[in-house]
Amino acid sequence: MQRSSPPNVRAAITIIGPYRGWFDWRLRQLWRYRDLVTLLVWRDFVSIYKQTILGPGWHIVQTLLTTFTFTIIFAKIAGLPTDGVPPFFFYLAGTVLWSYFASSLNSISRTFVTNAGLFGKVYFHRLVIPVSIVISNLVAFAIQFSMFLVLLAAHRLFGGALHLSVWTLLTPVFLVMLAGYALGVGIIVCALTIRYRDLAHLVTFGVQLLMYGTPVIYPLSVVPEQYRMVLLLNPLTPVIEGFRLGFLGVGTVEPSQLAASFGIMLLVLAVGFMLFSHVEHIFMDTV
Amino acid sequence: MAPAIAVDHVSKAYRLGLIGGRTLQEDLASWWARTRGRPDPLLAVGPEHHERRIGQQFWALDDVTFEVEEQEILGIIGRNGAGKSTLLKILSQITSPTSGQVTIKGRVASLLEVGTGFHPDLTGRENIFLNGAILGMTKAEIRSKFDEIAAFSECEDFLDTPVKRYSSGMYVRLAFAIAAHLEPEVLLVDEVLAVGDAKFQKKCLGKMGEVSRHGRTVLFVSHNLVAVQSLCRRAIHLRDGRLVDQGPATTVVSRYLRDVHPLDGPREWSGPADAPGDGALRVRSVGATPVDHRSAGLITMKSPVRIDTEFWILTPDAKTHITYHLVNEHGIVVLTTGSPSERRAPGVYRASFVVPGSLLNSGVYSLRFMIIHDGNRRTFEQDGLASFVVVDSAERADAYLGREPGIVQPPLSWEVAALSDVSLRTDPTNERR
Repeated sequence: MQRSSPPNVRAAITIIGPYRGWFDWRLRQLWRYRDLVTLLVWRDFVSIYKQTILGPGWHIVQTLLTTFTFTIIFAKIAGLPTDGVPPFFFYLAGTVLWSYFASSLNSISRTFVTNAGLFGKVYFHRLVIPVSIVISNLVAFAIQFSMFLVLLAAHRLFGGALHLSVWTLLTPVFLVMLAGYALGVGIIVCALTIRYRDLAHLVTFGVQLLMYGTPVIYPLSVVPEQYRMVLLLNPLTPVIEGFRLGFLGVGTVEPSQLAASFGIMLLVLAVGFMLFSHVEHIFMDTV
Repeated sequence: MAPAIAVDHVSKAYRLGLIGGRTLQEDLASWWARTRGRPDPLLAVGPEHHERRIGQQFWALDDVTFEVEEQEILGIIGRNGAGKSTLLKILSQITSPTSGQVTIKGRVASLLEVGTGFHPDLTGRENIFLNGAILGMTKAEIRSKFDEIAAFSECEDFLDTPVKRYSSGMYVRLAFAIAAHLEPEVLLVDEVLAVGDAKFQKKCLGKMGEVSRHGRTVLFVSHNLVAVQSLCRRAIHLRDGRLVDQGPATTVVSRYLRDVHPLDGPREWSGPADAPGDGALRVRSVGATPVDHRSAGLITMKSPVRIDTEFWILTPDAKTHITYHLVNEHGIVVLTTGSPSERRAPGVYRASFVVPGSLLNSGVYSLRFMIIHDGNRRTFEQDGLASFVVVDSAERADAYLGREPGIVQPPLSWEVAALSDVSLRTDPTNERR
């Protein structure tokens, strides 16, 4: 039999002891499981679309239907302003970003429940699952985002305006921030669901409500000055506004707000890692 | 040289009662009650309930210390609930110890649950990669061993079929093939022998032997004591979370068997009034003892077993005798034996007979007791007057390790003789004809 794995893995000495505290994150170990992360992402992609007609096309259909619904209800019936941008593009931008955040957060918060069987039998770094969910959902995001770009280009061809700016280049940053928040909040919820099972229901519901607390279906500019502060407390606000500023040319956002939001995201992630690594040790004994 | 595994004063406590999550509402209700100085509504169901909620501790492992050398196959035996699975769970990092520390050199893999993480919609090929990665292999490693795994699983023709279409046999074979090719430094094996047919068992055991020959360390948990004795040089015995015995596998196993099947002392009755029997004969005591001294209180398949019956004769004029049926656990009468039929003076007597060694198969045997008058009239019958266990002690090098079928299992001597010139078989010119 040949030995093919790197010698450092072979010689590694594992020390298993009692739980060592809030800062036992073992991120280096997480990095060693990168192959598992890629395989899980690939599994999610392959298994979801086996035996379906539309395959990845579902992401397009879903996004378009949501956007049309929003356009009809909020723009046509309710008459909400969209900062002078065609309502369809306004809602499409919001839907694409929000659905990435919402679906990631929802599945991450169910990590322990969904994988209890697996976790009870094999050890691997438990954060592998949340990380793979964040990346898996990037695939859906990429499909929806490409559709957004194609429609935007078509809009330009037929004489529409296109407002690209330095904010456009920040798109990867927006994405990283959404992923960071989904991961951070997700694993916090995940850790708490071990103590409180009913929290998982609260999350699905809470994410829906949060959408209305984030300028997804309305621009921040229409919010009266005295309430704007409240919305700015929501760290997702600068991300959504910044994204729309980058592609549609309208958005109320300051670079400092975005920077602050980024800082809060790091904090949320740190709290998430602490809670998650804390419960990871006791999870198998409580379920 | 440092040991491959060092388990150092490891304990594991589980909290009883308070297991799993409470709902937020329950916690809020408790908190609200406490802040108002009222008794917690969730605790107020009597004192025993109160105790449960506070959470008693249950020590699944209690200060266990042992070491396993490299290339050693260590057997772990003990009854259900003795802590064997908890120990393996700690070693495979699924749960962490409450106190103590384990040091393991190299990678650990377990054959605890083969097929973990299989996705039914993915093909065999895809699942090999996914499952391999879950078990800790890198993609490069899986790729390099892919052909070997596919060949070992005997599923090569179905690699592009989703595993949900596999038969359960194929499923298990594929799963085992992946686990078997992990090549870890330390392999944890838990009762693989309990599943699968004899052929599969043989394959598993073969792989385990191969693994240890390649310098790996194996921890083998099994209820199959013959397998433990044959495969392991050393064994440890866990009882109620404590390590009660360790040493050479054969010694530990036989001490364990005495622990599990303590030889019942003779069953005794205080007087003829409540003893089994009829008006002429009553049983005073009955018991089974191994006759050979080597077995030290344990009835093995090799031991002759003496059955002693003491009885009262109550009347001088009845011509009686005792007959026993030796019944196995399937209710089959293995043999019938009876004492001479005689008239005896009232008094206490002892009758004994010996079941020869190397006759009975392993299993639980009970004695059906009968009193016969005048050589043919049965006046009393009782099932299970006494029982004893025959344990399998055979040391077999590489044969089947399960219980051989058969009501009796006497060792029969075989003779194999060559009938014609042996050189014929090796001569290539003859073979071609």
